Amino acid sequence: MIRLILPTHLWRLANTDREIEIEVAEPATIGATLDALERRYPMLRGTIRDHITKERRAYVRFFACGEDWSHEPQEMLLPEAVLKGEQPLRIVGAMAGG
Amino acid sequence: MSGVRVLVGTHKGAFVLTSSPRNGRWDVSGPHFAGWDIYHIKGSPLNPDRLYASQSSDWFGQVIHRSNDGGKTWTPVGNQFSYDGNPGTHQFYDGTQHPWEFKQVWYLEPSLTDPETVYAGVEDAALFRSTDGGDTWQELPALRAVKGHLWQPGGGGMCLHTILQDPADPNRLYIAISAAGAFRSDDGGQTWRAINKGLHSDYELPDAAADVGHSVHNIAMHPSRPDVLFMQKHWDVLRSDDAGENWREVSGNLPSDFGFPIAVHAHEPETIYVVPIKSDSEHYPPDGKLRVYRSRTGGGEWEALTKGLPQKNCYVNVLRSALAVDTLDPCGVYFGTTGGQVYASADSGDSWTAIVQDLPKVHSVEVQVLP
Repeated sequence: MIRLILPTHLWRLANTDREIEIEVAEPATIGATLDALERRYPMLRGTIRDHITKERRAYVRFFACGEDWSHEPQEMLLPEAVLKGEQPLRIVGAMAGG
Repeated sequence: MSGVRVLVGTHKGAFVLTSSPRNGRWDVSGPHFAGWDIYHIKGSPLNPDRLYASQSSDWFGQVIHRSNDGGKTWTPVGNQFSYDGNPGTHQFYDGTQHPWEFKQVWYLEPSLTDPETVYAGVEDAALFRSTDGGDTWQELPALRAVKGHLWQPGGGGMCLHTILQDPADPNRLYIAISAAGAFRSDDGGQTWRAINKGLHSDYELPDAAADVGHSVHNIAMHPSRPDVLFMQKHWDVLRSDDAGENWREVSGNLPSDFGFPIAVHAHEPETIYVVPIKSDSEHYPPDGKLRVYRSRTGGGEWEALTKGLPQKNCYVNVLRSALAVDTLDPCGVYFGTTGGQVYASADSGDSWTAIVQDLPKVHSVEVQVLP
């Protein structure tokens, strides 16, 4: 199970909770985690990454274990603490709101 | 009549204002979609409880919601707006070519004939249609073929912001784009042509009378006379009596002919409304006086409507989709401001009351008279 923390707009849009747990098939990469998230909550398609290219939206960032994972390739395996469920992967709206 | 419902799209959410006709008391529900930019929310003319709303965000992109109960509950529907093929390039502000990129939905126009069909006008400018209640969207790409490489963004971006359907001919559609102009299709959107003859943009275009490139801000029609169109251009108010084939200026005695919205009285096809704004860079009313101007002669001769509106120190704007009329008799007129007020007139504009005062910046106002 991967723990995910969603930004306010997206957990409200998905009508779920701020923190969710999601089953991700191995290897549990960033991309596989987003695939699983979008399968469970189809309304989130296009809000985190492009529908077709899967490119991360410019104002969305991924944080995990105190580090910025936004610019890692989506094929990158998540850190061990996230894989074990000890730490969440945080999807964050960039600090551009004033 | 069981009520009037005013659908307000704002910079930080949607609001639904409801009232029994003319009782002066308004129930305010919202914010719906709190924090999202709501460019437009509109109901189906066939089923007033079927609403569509466009939410956008710099962070999370475009979302569309549909309601089947008049806005009490909402369901997210399709948000994939993919241009048909490679959309190529358009003119950028400096005249260079710039890639076409989807940014957001500006306008939603539910069909007059099918409650499951809805049109979406988007930025960068294109027209999309859904025939399944918004679940999936397909572009009507022939529009971009009308010299799309010469279209350019206005101050708000290169947006398709107005969609009109001809009630007498379901195949006839009009759209307007800033800054490209007005366009008409006579075959349900399969082919299009520019209808900008008579428009002059002396300060914006090297060829003031070019086929395309004009910053048309809004167009309006009365359903009983679909060949008569009224236009608020960047500068100039114009009318066409031949379905857009030819336009002539009817700015007349307006204190400024710059503005954004234009609307037609529900029962008087020659009575029209505009909100003059000082200039293209000074987006507020002339002299700090918020005045709606009404012409009962289809333009040319205008009267200021001021009763109940601030007549000093007012520096708000009224955006292109933020003026609407209801179908009651006498006709109600409504508009929202960038200062968050929504004003209503129950007497065709003779007098006004602020029905809400402190909303976020208002993008759009639509009105429904409920059966």
